[in-house]
Parts: sequence; C-alpha cells; structure tokens
Amino acid sequence: MGNVGAKEIPELFGPDGLRTDGRRPDELRPLKITAGPLHQADGSAFVEWGFNKVMAAVYGPREVHPRHLQENNKAIVQCRYNMAAFSVDERKRPGLDRRSQEISKVIAEAFESVIFAEEYPRTSVDVYIEVLQANAGTRCAGVVAASVALADAGIPMVDLLPAVAVGKVGGKLVLDLNKLEDNFGEADLPMALVPQSGRLVLMQMEGHMHRDELGRALDMGVAGCRGIYEKMKAALRDRYAVAPAASSEVSA
Amino acid sequence: MSDEVTAEILSTHILDLARQGKRLDGRTPDEYRRIEVEHGFVVTADGSALARIGETAVLSGIKLEPGKPYPDTPNAGVLTTNAELIPLSSPTFEPGPPHPRAIEVSRVVDRAIRAAETIDLKKLCVTPSEKCWSCFVDIHVLDHSGNIIDAASLAALGALTHATLPQKRFGIAEADIPLAVEHFPVECTFTRLGETIVVDATFDEERAGQGRVTIATDEAGNIVAMQKGLIGAFSPDDVKEMAERAFRHGDRLRAIARGV
Amino acid sequence: MVIGTVTDVQGTFWLLDIGAPRWAPLHMTGTPWKIDFGETEQYLKVKDAVVVAVESIENTGRIGVTMNGEGLGKLEGGTIVTLSPAKIPRLIGRGGSMIQTITRMTGTKVAVGQNGRVWIDGSDDGIRRARECLRIIEEEGQRSGLTARIQSYLDSTGSPPEDGGVRPGRPRLDNDSGNRPEFDGPPGPHPLTRLPEAVPEPEPDGPSEDPPPPEY
Repeated sequence: MGNVGAKEIPELFGPDGLRTDGRRPDELRPLKITAGPLHQADGSAFVEWGFNKVMAAVYGPREVHPRHLQENNKAIVQCRYNMAAFSVDERKRPGLDRRSQEISKVIAEAFESVIFAEEYPRTSVDVYIEVLQANAGTRCAGVVAASVALADAGIPMVDLLPAVAVGKVGGKLVLDLNKLEDNFGEADLPMALVPQSGRLVLMQMEGHMHRDELGRALDMGVAGCRGIYEKMKAALRDRYAVAPAASSEVSA
Repeated sequence: MSDEVTAEILSTHILDLARQGKRLDGRTPDEYRRIEVEHGFVVTADGSALARIGETAVLSGIKLEPGKPYPDTPNAGVLTTNAELIPLSSPTFEPGPPHPRAIEVSRVVDRAIRAAETIDLKKLCVTPSEKCWSCFVDIHVLDHSGNIIDAASLAALGALTHATLPQKRFGIAEADIPLAVEHFPVECTFTRLGETIVVDATFDEERAGQGRVTIATDEAGNIVAMQKGLIGAFSPDDVKEMAERAFRHGDRLRAIARGV
Repeated sequence: MVIGTVTDVQGTFWLLDIGAPRWAPLHMTGTPWKIDFGETEQYLKVKDAVVVAVESIENTGRIGVTMNGEGLGKLEGGTIVTLSPAKIPRLIGRGGSMIQTITRMTGTKVAVGQNGRVWIDGSDDGIRRARECLRIIEEEGQRSGLTARIQSYLDSTGSPPEDGGVRPGRPRLDNDSGNRPEFDGPPGPHPLTRLPEAVPEPEPDGPSEDPPPPEY
C-alpha cells in the first residue's frame, strides 16, 4: 500500500483470471500448522503459510513483569510480535519498531477478548510471536500460530482465532494477499474471527475500499477464516492423538 | 499504580442506559458531543489546529522542513505523524517512552492521512533523490475525556488544511504558498456498550465498553483505514453498520475540520 | 465520609482508591461483617464502591479507614460522579439546602463523599438531571447566583416526581445479601436508604413567578 513514486505496477492477474501464484481470488496459500514444536515454552506452534514462517510460544499464567501491570481481578495478556532482522529482503534493524508495537497491542487485545482471564487473577499470559521469514500476512500467521500455542499451553479460551487478510488488487477483492499483491494492491484488511460467535476480535484496514465493497470483503475473510479454523483444529488433533501403536499395546 | 479503577456501579449504569438506547449525558447512541476546531492556535507552526470534542482537547501542529527523499521513493516528499499522550492530559498517562496506546493513535491517524492521499507527496519533491519537503504532523493530546482518535484526526486534518509551505524561509522560492490538500479523511470511532454501539464515547463509556472500532472515510465514498482496538468483538454486520454511520458523520466532521 | 473503590483484595484487608495520594487499607475489623481470614473477597471485590470514614492519618502517610458508622457501607446500584473536592461545600449548601433541593426535585438519593465522589441513585432521568446539577456546580460553583441557576435548571426540566422517583427495592447498602456467613450487625435499613427529610420550600432567589430560562 502507498508505494508513492514506486515502479510500474506489474500484472497481477493472468488471462485466465488467476493470480500470479496461480490461485483463484478466494483461494488461500498453502498452510501448514505444527503444534508444540518447542520444549521450554508452555505451549508453542509453527506456521508455514505461503512463504511465511512464523513461530509462536506461550508462557503462563505466570508472575507479571513489570509488576505494576498486574491486575488484581484478572490475568493480563502480553504479546510481543517481532520480526527477525533476516526475515525480510533488506535487513531490518532488530527490536520492536512502531509497527510491531501496534500489532503486538491489537493481537494482545484480540486474545484477551477470548481468554477466560478472570480465572487467573494477578498473572500474565505471555505470547511471543517471531516472524522468521516474511512474505505478507505475517500478523495473521502470527495470530494463527499464537492461537494454537495458547491451546497447546492449555489456556482456557472461548475459541481458537483463525485470521486472514482480504485485499483489493487491480480493482478485485482477493483472499490472503501474497507479497507482490500486498505491495501493489489498493487495500489490505486483516481480521481474526471467533468462529463460535461469528465476531471479529482483530480488524485493521488500510488503503482504498469503496463503501459498497466492504460487505463482500468481510464475507470473504470470514469464509477464509473458517477454512483456516479446520486446519488449526487438525494440527491440535495431530499433536494430541493417541498413537495407534501405543493404544494397541495397552489393549493387548 | 497502573490504570485508575472505575467503580463497577458506574460501568453497570452506563450499560443499563445503553440497553435502552440512552447515555449518561443525554445523547443518543449516534450523536457526537459538541465539536469545535480552532485553526492557527500555534503561530510558530506552519499549520495548526486545536480540536475539541466535548471536554476532550487535542492540538496538532505541522512543521515543514527541507529533507532528503527516501531511496525507494526518490520522487516523493516525506510524511511523518506522531501522537503524544502527554501526562498533562490524564492521570493515567505516564512520562517515558511512547506507550503502545500512543503508538496506536499515531499509526491510526497516519494510516488515514496516508491512505487517503491527503497530501500528494510527489508535489513535496523539490529535486528527485536530492531534496524534498518533510511534513511532520505532531499531535498532542491535552485533555483526555474520551475519543482521542477522532479528535486527533480532526486536529491533524484541520492543521493540514490551513498549513503554509514555508518556501521563502528556506530559500526555495520567493513566496510561501498554501500546502495543497487533495483529500479529506476523517475518523469516526465507535464503542460497544453491550449490544448497543455508540459513537464518540466519553472516558467513562470507554472504560465500561467492550471494544472499539475506528473507521476512516474520505469524501469520495471510500473507507481508507479501519482499526479494531481494546477487548471486545464485532460481527461483520456490526462493521457494515458502523461504516454507514461513519459516512453519515463524515461530511460534517470534514466541514468542521476544514472550517468551511 | 469519603467514597472509595476497591483496588485490591488481601487476606485480611482491602485497598481502596479514595483519591488520596496512596491507597487506603480497610481492615476486615473495620466493617460491620464478621469475616474469617481469606473470606474478604466474598464481601468486597475489585471495583466495588464503598462509603467509608477516615479514622487516622499516620506520619508514614498511611490512611486508616473504617466502614463502621452511620451512613457507611457498600454501594449498590446508582452511579458515581466525580467533582473537585473544593466544590463539595457548594453542593451541600447552607445547612444542606442545595443538596436537598437537588434530591427533592430529581427524586434521587445522594451520598456525598468529602473526596469529591458523589453517589446518585434514582430513575435514569433523575440521575441525568442530578448529574447536570453537579456539572453546573463544578463549572459555576465559584460564582454567585448558583442557587438560582440550579433552581431554574431544575424548574425548566421537570417537577419533583410524586413517588420520589426511586425504583422500588433499589438501592440498598448490601450488608447482608447473598450466600454470606452470619452477619452480626443490626440489619435494619441503612441511613442512606432513606429519602432525604422533607424540607421547607427554599426562598426563590429571583422573581417568584417566571424563572429565567436556562442559558443554553
């Protein structure tokens, strides 16, 4: 978005109406979710989504640091979304820039909307998201990873939070922008859905989207989230499935 | 001490009223408090505006200085937006590095101004790759009585529409000219109070609320930025309804910000 | 008498925000309840509002408060409005005349904390009008003619409700509700649950018939 004075806008749709990576407008990039890859964390998840690689870890509920943030009637959710210096083409200066701090804030608020925080007064649930390889849609990949990590850590929640961005590219609405589409598209609308209630707990938008297009964009995103939700549940089932060999031994 | 604690009975009262479509100060759910924008509040700035929404007051000042274009945008000027939630404005704000909520205000206001192409940054280029204008939009929240995002957006647009390009001072041209403003984005912020969604929440309503959504619109029927913040959830239908409400309020807010 | 909000619950005491530089501890012995160690949260939890009296201010800055005494207890229902403490004498008025006018004309019940926090209960409309009176006092309390100003606002927005305007059953100072252990204080009606005593009509400040219309 907002590539002022940038180069020529490349062709973003082929003659067959397919996107540069061969997807239909409402098709997701390949998504692979692994629950529990880390050992020190209370819960973790690794998400490979298109060319994104995002790791998430959850610690807690545990003592609040810094202390003054402690809430006496509920747990707080602290989130740190960070991009590795080597995750983008041109080395990124390490540390949290303003974009990362804003994303950390809205992700923490999204999870605080679904976690039963009043169960754990005076504690903190710490969510760490590390973007190792970035290719558009890292905040959504981070929410998906963190959500599976929270479930892996056994934090009680209303529901998992699938997330995806809808964009507008060459005047058309598309699901799950890739890097090229993100750079040259007209609008980007990332969202995270509570599948159970059908409500959004994370939503941001930047660009130009006409008022008549908003409804369709939201519908497309919600449908995308429901597809991602199934993959998240499958990842958790894989992690906690009883191995067939082990079960047969027990019964024998 | 972190945030001040709001008494539960006050939040309960606000939510009780909202259930009946009422508010503490007698407004309807779709009504703003009194809005005023005073242009040219600070003469040392190249443009400035003090926006008031009810008891909330936000001041924005513009500074335009020669600078160097970014390498990836050699033909464009530079726009920087920064909001400060200074401790003077609320007992809950502390000195120190910018709090995430200040960063959020900066970025939400910046996103609307940038995405709406409020300023044509190409016109701020003096010599490609060499010299351009840097436009700094600095926002100071002076009195936080709720809805600082909308007040910040009004102040910023008000300041930009009355800014002068100080060409003479920097020896770039013989005379100063008004800064050209191409589009007029304004933000409209909603707060969920139970199943009622109110516009322009007061501080107490924000404390009682369950999430907020900001929608920035331009004069041509486009949504240029959105942000859901705080703890809470909104259905897609809620978002569509809020967008239509944001357009209904938008034209009046634009007129007030521009002073026309 | 001050109004505070519970900010923390410990085994034997609560910490209250009473608008003082430090949070004030309310010990469980300073309540009308018989509480066992660890049961404090069943009585008061974070964000509950209470009326307490300041008992002591120690050299260390520690402020001791108690809930034992007339007019003290936990607040249920209604709402809280914050005023500058300096304006509280104006809100009360000479011999309580101002506060009585407001409560009578709006049909509300009011508890005034010397720390500037005011609890109001009544009908939604009564609360709204009483809040507006407080706003006028906050902004114009230092000027003369305040009584006339308040009187004209109240006259222009309605007459006193015949039934006192208070919803039945509310509010109450909840000293004995819920699944709580035995309560060893007199459970009779709390002073605050009574409507203010009827007061004689105050002398209007201006011409007796047509009060001036409000200025806004």
